Amino acid sequence: MVNVTIDGRSVSVPEHTTILDAAVQAGIGIPTLCFLKDLNEIGSCRVCVVEIEGIDQLVAACNNYVLEGMVVRTNSPKVRMARKANVELLLSQHDSECTSCVRSGNCTLQTVANDLGITVMPYAKHLPGQPWDQEFPLIRNNDKCINCLRCIQVCDKVQATGIWTLTNRASHTSVGVRGGAAIAATDCSLCGQCITHCPVGALRERDDTDRVFDALADSKKTVIVQVAPAVRTAWGEGVGLTHEEASVGRLVACLKELGFDYVFDTDFSADLTIMEEGSELLDRIEHPEHGPLPMFTSCCPGWVRFIKSHYPELTAHLSTAKSPHQMFGATLKSYWAEKIGVDPHDVFVVSIMPCLAKKAEIAEPNQNDACGDPDVDVSLTVRELDRMIRADHIDARSLADADFDDPLGIATGAGHIFGATGGVMDAALRSAYFLLTGENPDPDAFTAVRGLEGWKEATFDMGGTPVRVAVASGLANTKRLLDALKAGEVAYDFIEIMACPGGCAGGGGQPIHDGFELADMRGNILWTMDKDMKLRFSHENPSIKLVYSEYFGAPLSHKAHHLLHTDHFGWEMPLAPGVEAPQTAQ
Amino acid sequence: MARLHVMERSEAQAVMDGLHEALGKRLAVSSLAPCPVEFTAAYVRMCATQSCGKCTPCRVGLRALADLFDDVLENRADGKTLDLIERTARAIYLSADCAIGYEAGEMALTAIRGFRDDFAHHIEHHACGFTQSQLVPCVSGCPAGVDIPGYIALVEAGRNTDAVRLIRKDNPLPVVCGLVCEHPCEINCRRGMVDDPMNIRGIKRYACDHMEGDYTPNHAAPTGKRVAVIGGGPAGLSAAYYLALMGHSPKIFEARRKLGGMLRYGIPAYRLPREELDGEIQWLLDQGIEVELDAKIDDIGALRTDFDAVYLAIGAHADNKLGLEGEDAEGIVSAVQMLRAIGDDETPDFSGERICVVGGGNVAMDCARSALRCGAEKVTIVYRRRVADMTAQDEEIVGAKEEGCELLELHAPVRVAVEDGRVAGLVVQPQIIGGLKWGRPAPRKADTDEITIPCERMIVAIGQAIESEPFAKQGIATNRSKIVTDSDGAVAGLDGVFSGGDCQSGPSTVIRAVNAGKVAAANIDHYLGFNHRIELDVEIPQVQFKGKISCARSEMPFREAHERVGDFDEIEIGYTHEEAMQEASRCLRCDHFGFGAFRGGRIEQW
Repeated sequence: MVNVTIDGRSVSVPEHTTILDAAVQAGIGIPTLCFLKDLNEIGSCRVCVVEIEGIDQLVAACNNYVLEGMVVRTNSPKVRMARKANVELLLSQHDSECTSCVRSGNCTLQTVANDLGITVMPYAKHLPGQPWDQEFPLIRNNDKCINCLRCIQVCDKVQATGIWTLTNRASHTSVGVRGGAAIAATDCSLCGQCITHCPVGALRERDDTDRVFDALADSKKTVIVQVAPAVRTAWGEGVGLTHEEASVGRLVACLKELGFDYVFDTDFSADLTIMEEGSELLDRIEHPEHGPLPMFTSCCPGWVRFIKSHYPELTAHLSTAKSPHQMFGATLKSYWAEKIGVDPHDVFVVSIMPCLAKKAEIAEPNQNDACGDPDVDVSLTVRELDRMIRADHIDARSLADADFDDPLGIATGAGHIFGATGGVMDAALRSAYFLLTGENPDPDAFTAVRGLEGWKEATFDMGGTPVRVAVASGLANTKRLLDALKAGEVAYDFIEIMACPGGCAGGGGQPIHDGFELADMRGNILWTMDKDMKLRFSHENPSIKLVYSEYFGAPLSHKAHHLLHTDHFGWEMPLAPGVEAPQTAQ
Repeated sequence: MARLHVMERSEAQAVMDGLHEALGKRLAVSSLAPCPVEFTAAYVRMCATQSCGKCTPCRVGLRALADLFDDVLENRADGKTLDLIERTARAIYLSADCAIGYEAGEMALTAIRGFRDDFAHHIEHHACGFTQSQLVPCVSGCPAGVDIPGYIALVEAGRNTDAVRLIRKDNPLPVVCGLVCEHPCEINCRRGMVDDPMNIRGIKRYACDHMEGDYTPNHAAPTGKRVAVIGGGPAGLSAAYYLALMGHSPKIFEARRKLGGMLRYGIPAYRLPREELDGEIQWLLDQGIEVELDAKIDDIGALRTDFDAVYLAIGAHADNKLGLEGEDAEGIVSAVQMLRAIGDDETPDFSGERICVVGGGNVAMDCARSALRCGAEKVTIVYRRRVADMTAQDEEIVGAKEEGCELLELHAPVRVAVEDGRVAGLVVQPQIIGGLKWGRPAPRKADTDEITIPCERMIVAIGQAIESEPFAKQGIATNRSKIVTDSDGAVAGLDGVFSGGDCQSGPSTVIRAVNAGKVAAANIDHYLGFNHRIELDVEIPQVQFKGKISCARSEMPFREAHERVGDFDEIEIGYTHEEAMQEASRCLRCDHFGFGAFRGGRIEQW
């Protein structure tokens, strides 16, 4: 143990404890800005500087360790002066138009500056004014960037993609796209992790809320909204509700208040996905010529973008099943439009997703199988949904719980867990077991695939058939898994991948809490929901049975193929640097 | 894909390296009259280019600082700006993560604090208050203000006598300076931006060596005024010479047997041959200087009654002691004692002796090299700092090494090992070098044992002192034994008494002593009620534009070390005609090109 004195308080901490952590143990807060534990410990902002007795210069508390006998002052005159000057300097290169910033009120720079009592800006303003493709789902505004470099770190270390890099030097240092490329021409997976790890408003999603407000105002349109599983775990965070207050029923009530004609649950189409994807898996096991094994899940568009740009030769391993909300969109603009007697061209489908990649997915040229229009018209992040609720001044807390609309609002526990890593696998195995054996397994038989570990694997006895499965979340974990798979070091039958660490619960479209990784907590909400459900098998969902009997016939039927499956080779994704296009498309 | 790549220097990297080198040269030449604010702004901007961009203080702070300097330069600043500038620089120094940032911050802080008055001047007067000569760089760098481009042009034109005549307008000792001047003029030489600075001393020496004939300088009509000059060193000789030209009657009182001061009693003959020195002194005396040798003057008052003015230029001829146990032992001499004896032609015999020389200045090198010439078997120069920290000129250190002197750096003398009353060795404590103290790295005791360097003789060359006590007793103010004067050289409280040279400035260079003598002559002339001017009386050849021609500097050759170490003959060999012409042709003629064209590149008279 190391004994140190911080602001006059003695504290004893293990060796290799940072000054910052030691201060926390002593009950002393040191402001940080660029720091993110384990991810960005680079001491670049110089906000956490502290004074060590006997040394003239200051030191960053976030990435320097305490030493025996160290006497630290976190608020000495020198520290105060330098810390304030550094924040003022950052503000001199920051577009401080907080009134028109999506992160106002949730901005670490704003908090730090306010806390330090900065009321005047002594330094001349310099903004880089770099242009950006405003059509791309991911928007970077370097006028707000403070060069904390977290986005580079998360893209490199967690997502193994390396889109961001330092594109200028010295006083003009700025973060930009690797090689100065146009973002749309890169292998950006649109996971959105750079956004959720940005302390300020330099990164955000393209805001599509006006298109939704316009559709809601259009009397000709039947506007249908669907809500992804993970949305219910986090939507209240952006409108000031506790997790207890932010019930699914209140979410539905808010959406109805906003004026949506139908409020459906993407969890329903998650069940539908299980039917299709589970059947496809068994089909591939039985008929290897129908598609290669291992089969990869296809519900995460960030992952689909990643495999197409980083491992194009493995694209055929993806299940052809569309992602749940795309299945839903196609179902709404075919089956449902027919059922309610509305021209599918007048049906406007909005997806609320914890995701940015969905914004790109809905615009893929072959996601228009129902009527020729895009199957989903707009995909909003949870943050955009929260902004809509706030824009309409809806007092969510005062609203009573409401139910999803029938029949496409009914989902099982298996559908709910799609929002957490391992959930798709768990749900698929439950139904696959049933399809193989004609009996339901214990719904908690597959717990080995749950949890936040980056790469999980298990082999399950499916009525005599051993099925080897793996689950990964986060693209760096995914890369490790795929490289091992390619090298023949591992062998699986079925692999679930989610681009964001922890799955959609930690999605790049979720509300942002700087410094906190909430995927675990939010995922547990879904697992708890599943446990509390009577229906925990997708194949037991009465609405699933209904749509098959009324419309699709059976999984993998011709109609199901047409509307619920897609051709992953039907659109191009720019290749990652150093990746070569496969000789022949498989 | 390869895992590693062989490091290759890209073309851009080569260009970058080239520009860095050129910048280094430019900075070495320095600027004559930079605006402190402008310079600091540029400095900070240059530092900013080295930032990797990671951290706020360096990435943003240096630019913000440069903005604030612009505010000062462009009249947008007020008193608060200065506080903000200082605070910003301090924040950068305190909180930058690496040396790129904190060194930049600290340097900026140094500049801002050091130049605070200049910053304030800009803010208050919307003008730069920094005054420094913007004239010809070499001339500005020469304490005597010698017309360097002028005489180089004359040498190039084949007019060496005129060149010497032009030099003597400002410096009466061209022969001496051609051989031993420290040439501060070369530091600022603008040619250094192109390739290397001019070898100005080499050209001066060539001119003196190749005069076409003698001449007699212009003398003013006799004034009948008598001036006593106490001390016949470079300051006294210079003052006496110009006073003679001004029509006065100077008389030098020299305490020793011969004139020349430290030129004779400090600089060994192998650097300054005695016949050259004697010749130059005689030429000066011939211009009307009276001399009294072996005349030690202690009573200024008495002298003042016989003379209309007195110039006190006694130099710094006392020695400093180490203060070591055993320092009184037989066989220990001071540098002053040793070199003085040699100057009086009493060359000691050190045959077969091992000698330790303590010190790291030019005098230590002179003693060590002279000791070899006196027959020493082994000479060890013992210095408590590193060789790199020695104050001796690089060429003196190299010369000493070439001739076989050992340089024992980082060893501090502790005491003298004495046997039978005679030095038997020098006990030294190994040192370890440490951080900067007053701009120089300070050594401290290393954690190792003392060692003894056996020796039969020890020469202490750790600086000279001034024997000013007799004058202090007569009411002349002294400061750490230096004689205190006004900036015009006048001794306060003693009417008509002036002082200059080493005794006033502390031990310094020949050319500074010449400057002191020149200043004294002008001010004594003025004191005597005259306004005699020393004027340019040589026509300078017309400037020819040559454009930039790349040509490196010719260094002056030396005799082979093992041959020259056996005698006191001159070691340096002057330029050949070819070398002299080439070197002279390299001069950029800053008296004509650049600012010289505007303000005039020539001081016509003084």
